[in-house]
Amino acid sequence: MKTSSTNERDTKNIPPTTYYQFLEISVRELLIEKGVLSDEDIRNAVKEMDSRGPELGAQVVARAWVDPQFKQSLLQDAPSAVKALGLEIGPVQLLVVENTPEVHNLIVCTLCSCYPRSLLGLPPDWYKSREYRSRAVREPRSVLLEFGTDISDEVEVRVHDSTADLRYLVLPQRPEGTGHLTEDELAALVKRDSMIGVTEVCFSAI
Amino acid sequence: MERDLTSRSHHDMGGLEAGHIKPVEHDYELWEKNVDALLVLLTSMSPKLMSVDQLRKGIESLPPDAYEKMSYYERWIFSITQALQYNGVLTTKELSRKLEEVQSRYETEEV
Amino acid sequence: MIPLFQTGNAVRVRKGSPPGHIRTPFYVRGCKGVIERVAGEYRNPEELAFGRFDTPVVPLYRVRFQQQEVWPDYQGSPQDSLDVEIFEFWLEPANPEKT
Repeated sequence: MKTSSTNERDTKNIPPTTYYQFLEISVRELLIEKGVLSDEDIRNAVKEMDSRGPELGAQVVARAWVDPQFKQSLLQDAPSAVKALGLEIGPVQLLVVENTPEVHNLIVCTLCSCYPRSLLGLPPDWYKSREYRSRAVREPRSVLLEFGTDISDEVEVRVHDSTADLRYLVLPQRPEGTGHLTEDELAALVKRDSMIGVTEVCFSAI
Repeated sequence: MERDLTSRSHHDMGGLEAGHIKPVEHDYELWEKNVDALLVLLTSMSPKLMSVDQLRKGIESLPPDAYEKMSYYERWIFSITQALQYNGVLTTKELSRKLEEVQSRYETEEV
Repeated sequence: MIPLFQTGNAVRVRKGSPPGHIRTPFYVRGCKGVIERVAGEYRNPEELAFGRFDTPVVPLYRVRFQQQEVWPDYQGSPQDSLDVEIFEFWLEPANPEKT
């Protein structure tokens, strides 16, 4: 998991140098001086951010694979289902979309960078890039191929442009040959990109 | 059909031609997370001091070359600052003085 | 607010390009789709963007488009689709293909 100390600049304690870094410090300090928020509020918000990562989404996916009833409620009312699993996701309107042999789902936000942060953490840079945002809606299959994902023409590719108040998580298909794995072992197979929909979950027996 | 130059905003890029996706990512720096935290706090307090849509609108109003050149959280802190000025939370005068102070603080700390 | 549309209704996205902060992507304006679901009601982002935080909530929908409707030169499979969240005031009824 990414924590506030994983970045090289931070671990080496390199001082701020850019205009926007100075601007961040200035705005933060002014807001603290005015009593709008406290240093602790900021630290807690960062800590909360660091506690969010794809492991959470993977946990939800693995449970849906082993528990059909959970899966059903997850697809119907994701916020309640996720909460019942003990995960707090706040007021987010989460929608889980299921990959099946007939449909493959792909998530993008063409207007900015909307992303299921409560279950995946902060988005990777490529998700916010001009290339991904421009192309995912118009040529999803070539985008998928660039991620090594070849979806058969018989399967419907369904793109979700996350433009307003909903956030999306893809429930990938459970790979063949994983019947003997425990829920934790299954969760370990589920990577971030498969929950965005750019990849599928792979399993190869040793 | 000839379109008005403002009919499609620069940020609204769905379907435009673009190159290959570079599968890049980086561990966010603390200052970037601080920017994110500022937005989370300012938009969730009651009463809120700014909205997420103000953040977006400020980013969308950046000139195209600035939008492309600035990093993600550079765009954010620019827009957060502007919204706070607009909403009367910060004045330009105090911001200007604070910026000077912060900049000189780090200049003198340099080894 | 009672939603004007229900799941399955054929709708067309309005074509406007007003100045302001708009969450209806440019590429989908003027296109015809089908209401996939009523997605609840939320405050209007077009007003929130100008600092008006307490305007009434408005219905939001998920509208499903056929890729070939949105991009006439679409290269993928004919059944490929695209779901977009669109606020009610950007939608108008469309006549479904002969029933």
